[in-house]
Amino acid sequence: MKRGRHLEAGRAAWRETWRGIALIVRREIVDTLRDWRIVAPITTLVLAFPFIAEFVAAEGLKFFNKYGAALIMERFFPFLILVVGFFPSTFSLVIALETFVGEKERRSLEPLLATPLTDGQLYVGKLIAATLPPVVASYVGMLFYILLLGLKLHWWPSLHLLAVAFVLATTQALVMVAVAVIISAQSTSVRAANLLASFIIIPMSLVLQWEAGLLLFADFTALWLIALFLFVATLLFVRIGLRMFDREYLLGRELDFLDFGAFGRAFLEGLRWPGSLRALYGEEIPALIRVLRAELTVTLVVIGGGLLIALWGFWRFPLPRTAVPLLSQPLTMEQITQGAVDIPLLPPLSPLTLFTRNAGAVLLGAFLSIFTLGIVFQLMVMGVTAVVGYALLLTLHWGMPAAVPAMLAPHGPFEMTAIIIATAQSLRLGLILLSPAHEGGGFIGLGRELGHFVKLFAALIAPLLLIAAIIEATITPRLAIWVINGYLFR
Amino acid sequence: MIVLQGLTKRFDGLTAVDHLSLEVKAGEVMALLGPNGAGKTTTVRMLSAMLRPTAGRARVAGYDTVREPREVRRRVGVLTEAPGLYLRMTGREYLTFFGEVRGVESSRLQQRIDALAERFKMREALARRLGTYSKGMRQKIALIRTLLHEPPVLLLDEPTSAMDPESARLVRDAIHSLRDGHRAVLICTHNLPEAEELADRIAIIGKGRILAQGSPAALKERYLGPPPLRLQVAGRIDPALLARLDAFGEVLDYGRRWVRFRKAEGVRNADVLRALLRDGWEVDMLVEEQQSLESLYLRVVQGATTLEVAS
Repeated sequence: MKRGRHLEAGRAAWRETWRGIALIVRREIVDTLRDWRIVAPITTLVLAFPFIAEFVAAEGLKFFNKYGAALIMERFFPFLILVVGFFPSTFSLVIALETFVGEKERRSLEPLLATPLTDGQLYVGKLIAATLPPVVASYVGMLFYILLLGLKLHWWPSLHLLAVAFVLATTQALVMVAVAVIISAQSTSVRAANLLASFIIIPMSLVLQWEAGLLLFADFTALWLIALFLFVATLLFVRIGLRMFDREYLLGRELDFLDFGAFGRAFLEGLRWPGSLRALYGEEIPALIRVLRAELTVTLVVIGGGLLIALWGFWRFPLPRTAVPLLSQPLTMEQITQGAVDIPLLPPLSPLTLFTRNAGAVLLGAFLSIFTLGIVFQLMVMGVTAVVGYALLLTLHWGMPAAVPAMLAPHGPFEMTAIIIATAQSLRLGLILLSPAHEGGGFIGLGRELGHFVKLFAALIAPLLLIAAIIEATITPRLAIWVINGYLFR
Repeated sequence: MIVLQGLTKRFDGLTAVDHLSLEVKAGEVMALLGPNGAGKTTTVRMLSAMLRPTAGRARVAGYDTVREPREVRRRVGVLTEAPGLYLRMTGREYLTFFGEVRGVESSRLQQRIDALAERFKMREALARRLGTYSKGMRQKIALIRTLLHEPPVLLLDEPTSAMDPESARLVRDAIHSLRDGHRAVLICTHNLPEAEELADRIAIIGKGRILAQGSPAALKERYLGPPPLRLQVAGRIDPALLARLDAFGEVLDYGRRWVRFRKAEGVRNADVLRALLRDGWEVDMLVEEQQSLESLYLRVVQGATTLEVAS
């Protein structure tokens, strides 16, 4: 009886919550649909872009047909579906970016904040309202393009392709909106919010490039994985946004200015070196790493994602040992050195070059992280893990299980530790700008975290990378040669 | 209904509201007066549970603004400083949205909108987009929004700003009629005659602190003293008359046929009149002069500034 009453009360509260959200969604959508500055371009994109895409597809097909390579062009058709869907969905960014800060500028936010709506209702309502119209426009554009392709070029996509394209269009819009709403709730002007939009556009354009490549290979599994990644990222960003959403912060802050003096002071404070090495390694560095718990967890999850990609790569492309000419004869130190130099991405095997290459990659990753919410460094780590994991699986497949461990074990612990810490701190650098200033975030927070990064780099990451480079240039190749030759010529 | 105890709000080292304590009872209208930046809007935002106080506490309609913000927001009608309307919506759509958000039953909501629109002469405009409204009309729609859910506590920030005299009269009449046994009204305004007309009590604040509070009459009495008397006589004013009046108080000013003077404590008007008639003066008129709230306000605010400079 009592349990039933609890259940009924819970259901009523749930209904009440969604009623409030639905009211916000309805109002916002009506407002959006009455704004010609949004409706006119969306309509143009939805109506015109499918024609343009279909024209490009038809002309491309004609061109490739001349050389009997129509199949190659047909590989581009799915990519164009994604492009046709992507452009209208970018409007979700425009709508979401101004959702809170725009209302604040028009001074219509205060009456809304004075209502009994909860922070969650306001936030989720605005999130859904910013997503729905552009996503629906995306769907319409994509369907229109597919219809044109089918009717004019007699090419119909598979249901699987359709499903993945629509899910990707949705998750792309969702993740963009989730970040844009955080930016909107933390900005003091629409202009400032628009400037911060680059934080979304850069990583999203990277994702779109990945998707394009995968679509050319018709690799649906990887596309589903990307959709899953985007969905999980959306959930994370919504959670971050909800945690940070604060009526008081929205109303209280009137001015946004970059206080370079305070930034410099925060940087120096973050960089402050304790009196002794004992204090540095006994207290400071462990304290900085403890603060990175959440970022370290995300990095480890990303590494797990890299291993999953490796598994998928191995499943799709299980290369035979004969595909690697280097393994057809006994390996020598000279061969390894020569091989490394011949592959442009791999540095020559000298401690200095290995160190400068790895340290340079870390610094570049950290720098790009500032503008990409820390995503670029995470993607770099995911890519490297995928390659290493793939190599590991291949050697297992070739009956050489100890080959990759031998190539990694001596220097790997040092290098991986350094890279994981650097990636986690870079994620913090990327996300700190989204955190409110009163919680230690914003521009001044970035100064402090940059100071922490430099301190971690100088005291821990660079020394670890140097040790790893010395081992990688001296011990690792010899161990690898010994183990691999043992497998090849036993 | 509204109780503030040591309410304080600081923003980045700036104290906007500084240990504010006051009470507005049910059925009472209180006016919060003060120069720009005195902390009036911040106080209203704290009372409507939009801002959290740095120190002190406030109870509104029986609920704590920090611990029970939703309950407070349910029971408060806030007229914000700017109307803050959604200009692409029609008047009716806008009011319906806020009525629904406030949980007003849909059957009752439209009746309520019509009744309030009728009262504020806005019925014809309800079908038009808010973007086409004049400033005064926007203010009236915002006021209707504030009253839709019949809140027991009303917080009105500059309720008649931007209104023409006729509309302002309508709004003032409406506020008069809202004064009943169940409702507490707090008005922030720069319009001193309006405050005097509407408020049972006023509180003058400066730099976030209460400088004076009480009924307009009591405050005038306290800060401006008893009202001056204006005496008009048939003949010319001469030194003998001034000397005679000095016996009853202090002569402030005089002209050819008139004198302004302030009585000493305990002196009745009848005593003055009787003495003058007995001395043979032909008195045309003896009246108490009205003291303006503006004089009181300036005295309090400037007094506070002078004190501050001196300290």
